[in-house]
Amino acid sequence: MTTPGVNAGWPDLTANDTGPKLLLWNAEMRADRPAMREKYLGIWQTWSWRKVSDEVRNIAIGFMQLGVRRGDRIAIIGDNRPRLYWSVYAAQALGGVPVPIYQDAVAEEMLYVLENAEVKFVIAENQEQVDKVLEIKDRCPLLEAVIYDDPRGLRDYQLPNLHNFDDLVVDAGKNANEYRDTYLKEVAIGKGSDTSIMLYTSGTTGRPKGVMLSYENILISSLNAVKSEGLNEDDEILAYLPMAWVGDHIFSYGEALCSGFCVACPESADTVLNDIFEIGPTFFFAPPRIFENLLTSVMIRIEDAGSLKRKLFRYFMNIAGEWGSKILDGEPVPANIRLLYALGNICIYGPLKNTLGLSRVRLGYTAGEAIGPEIFNFYRGIGLNLKQLYGMTEASVFVTVQPDGEVKPDTVGKPAEGVNIKIDENGEVLFKSPGTFQEYFKNPEATAEAKTADGWCRTGDAGFFDVDGHLKIIDRAKDVSKLNDGSMFAPKYIENKMKFFSDIYEVVTFGAERDYVTAFVNIDLEAVGNWAERNAVGYASYQELASLPQVYDIIEGHIRQVNQDLANDANMSGSQIKRFLILHKQLDADDGELTRTQKVRRSHIAEKYAPLVDALYSSKDKCSIETEVTFEDGRKGSISAELTMRDVSTVASNTTEAAE
Amino acid sequence: MTDTTVGRKRRPDENSELMLSVDNVVLSFGGVKALQDVSFEIRKGEIRAIIGPNGAGKSSMLNVINGFYKPNEGSITYKGITRPQMEPSEVAREGVSRTFQNIALFRGMSTLDNIMTGRNTRMNKNFMWQAIYFGPARREELEHRQKAEGIIDFLEIQAIRKTPVGRLPYGLQKRVELGRALAAEPDLLLLDEPMAGMNSEEKEDMCRFILDVNDEFGTTIALIEHDMGVVMDISDRVVVLDYGIKIADGTPNEVRGNQDVIDAYLGVSHN
Repeated sequence: MTTPGVNAGWPDLTANDTGPKLLLWNAEMRADRPAMREKYLGIWQTWSWRKVSDEVRNIAIGFMQLGVRRGDRIAIIGDNRPRLYWSVYAAQALGGVPVPIYQDAVAEEMLYVLENAEVKFVIAENQEQVDKVLEIKDRCPLLEAVIYDDPRGLRDYQLPNLHNFDDLVVDAGKNANEYRDTYLKEVAIGKGSDTSIMLYTSGTTGRPKGVMLSYENILISSLNAVKSEGLNEDDEILAYLPMAWVGDHIFSYGEALCSGFCVACPESADTVLNDIFEIGPTFFFAPPRIFENLLTSVMIRIEDAGSLKRKLFRYFMNIAGEWGSKILDGEPVPANIRLLYALGNICIYGPLKNTLGLSRVRLGYTAGEAIGPEIFNFYRGIGLNLKQLYGMTEASVFVTVQPDGEVKPDTVGKPAEGVNIKIDENGEVLFKSPGTFQEYFKNPEATAEAKTADGWCRTGDAGFFDVDGHLKIIDRAKDVSKLNDGSMFAPKYIENKMKFFSDIYEVVTFGAERDYVTAFVNIDLEAVGNWAERNAVGYASYQELASLPQVYDIIEGHIRQVNQDLANDANMSGSQIKRFLILHKQLDADDGELTRTQKVRRSHIAEKYAPLVDALYSSKDKCSIETEVTFEDGRKGSISAELTMRDVSTVASNTTEAAE
Repeated sequence: MTDTTVGRKRRPDENSELMLSVDNVVLSFGGVKALQDVSFEIRKGEIRAIIGPNGAGKSSMLNVINGFYKPNEGSITYKGITRPQMEPSEVAREGVSRTFQNIALFRGMSTLDNIMTGRNTRMNKNFMWQAIYFGPARREELEHRQKAEGIIDFLEIQAIRKTPVGRLPYGLQKRVELGRALAAEPDLLLLDEPMAGMNSEEKEDMCRFILDVNDEFGTTIALIEHDMGVVMDISDRVVVLDYGIKIADGTPNEVRGNQDVIDAYLGVSHN
């Protein structure tokens, strides 16, 4: 072993410019190293790189016999299963373009992608997925065949063009020798600039768009990331996020190929936490929600523990909260604190990380949305090298990453290796990188909108660089606007700050072309209700709880803190919250106030509660409103309430720049 | 939904082999006649439902088939052999396994261990061998474990493999109990109210598992169920009992239209 773990070194991407070529390279250089694992019948099964390469060849031969041709698009639908990953390689080996589809898509959503991408073949994991495809197959005239992995419940579906994966591979295995050369020839034809995969963006705005990424996009981005994070073939990850999501494709495909690390597939979607524990990944990705859930489950168990354990936990978590992150960043820390931290590591942090299955994690990423600072700090405090990442499908994930030793909870870090970033005059973030996508499939208008003529790609997010050169994302560019006095107003930025308080469930802020910023607040029934119980405050309903002056006091306190935070930020100090009210009902998707994915529909709310908004911008203290509500069973009713407005003091900006 | 019966296996018909036939069975407890001259048969590969109002004698019928109750009169022919009086354990060894109306699992044991107990009838090594856990006993254990894991996979309960069943929600306990019954690799599976107390989602899951067991392993299934929707959807034929007397027997559609059945369920108007 020369350098630890870099036995085979980095691959040369000029010679191995496609995924299938790189797979063959790995099969030779890391032949017996583990490439994939999956738990089957309670036992972890492992495939070496050579084995994976052979499996892929057999699958490709099977595909060939089914009639897969260069340029065909092949949909892949299912949970993270080795065979589905191999199907990606196999399709690519023949020059096909894999199109992974979210496994929880309903048939209609699936239909859109199958039609839009002109899919000819579908690889489906199981009966559930096959049923969905069969439901819409009559509307997809281009569809030639469906192949399923798990035959359970499908044995008696006697339909032409419905194939069992096992049969396909077994048949192919018989002819493997005959087809070996054809396979190698097909692999050799592929080149780096070919489209390697099409990933559909989730489409929060309008129809999903098929993002076409080339081998160069994926592999160069992956290799850059692998090099800068020092990932190598001794690393392990658990692939548990949807294959149709670009992150999984980069981590479980691109980075696995470039670094040679082992990708483990969970036994089932329900066993992920247990599988993490058993595999002990060294590289771990999770969206903030998962870190949040893990933390909640820990806190609940701690609350149930004996008082000694609770006290120990609190004591050491305080130390971790204060010093853990600094120790991780290599900052100077007094020796006695180091000693205490080491003790804490033995008593609390170590066992805790072990229980969570995170003991071996060298590198943890979180992305997708803002992570609460206390959650972020908790994990970093116990010594987990958790970092934020900012990226998107169009960039082959990487735009910015927090570099080791320079992790700040409120920024997304510095431009990733090979990525250039500029901010345009509207505050929108643009990037140019090796991972910049080719185009949206069959959608030149959208492509032209997203990509400038000179190769810059718009993110749609507004942001700015702080003094240390870290990018700070504040909001969607289209939501950012200005107050009447010209200061910048980024609603989501403020709302996220407020939502980090557990008492606050949802916030809607107003301020565009107004004199000052105001907010609607939704309290969190559980957190505030809990507070009321502990303090013997009686209430009969959500509405009553929300109108209590004591609750207003609590929320006012939180807003003061947010204002203080905003005042520290030269760009944001003008948009402190001056007035707020607490809404008498929870914002609800059934009433059209939230989207189905629980995002606030700002303009709809402004319209529906127009009298309240007007009242916030008047001198009134109270305002009555009657609102229509939809009950869970679809009946409609209305509730009326008189709401109190409250003023909040703002803080003078303490940055020199903004001092007027 | 698509037609899930797309190409579903040809169902057993009158030419199919008989799995079990119950002939003129009479069962009484003192003066109470639980079953009066009941006869019906179960074909191989069939899903057979036994329905009826409360106290109709459904569970007694299963208990008779199962060997737990000895009928006062009549006979039971299983796989072509008319059975003399048998003990439940012997019946189990002959390939009949069952679940219970009130879950009867070992609450302190894990899901996996509970399912392993279902392998009991298939274990050949005696207790001494198992205590030594060496050579053949070890091999046997491995083989049983693999079978049990196959069932865990089949019923999608991997996530609760090591959880004590007492901590599981009711719907999952029912599923574990089905798993234990399957572990015996039965030819005839008796399910006593498999969906009782479940919410509609759990019922749907259970239906799917019952159909899958029938499809995948070809297991013949006799089930007691109150939920008419479920019965009508999944069973091939239905026997209706009322006060220990068989009042109807036929396909779900035939039974649905039968006046006696309607009377038994809805009551008869007296005018």
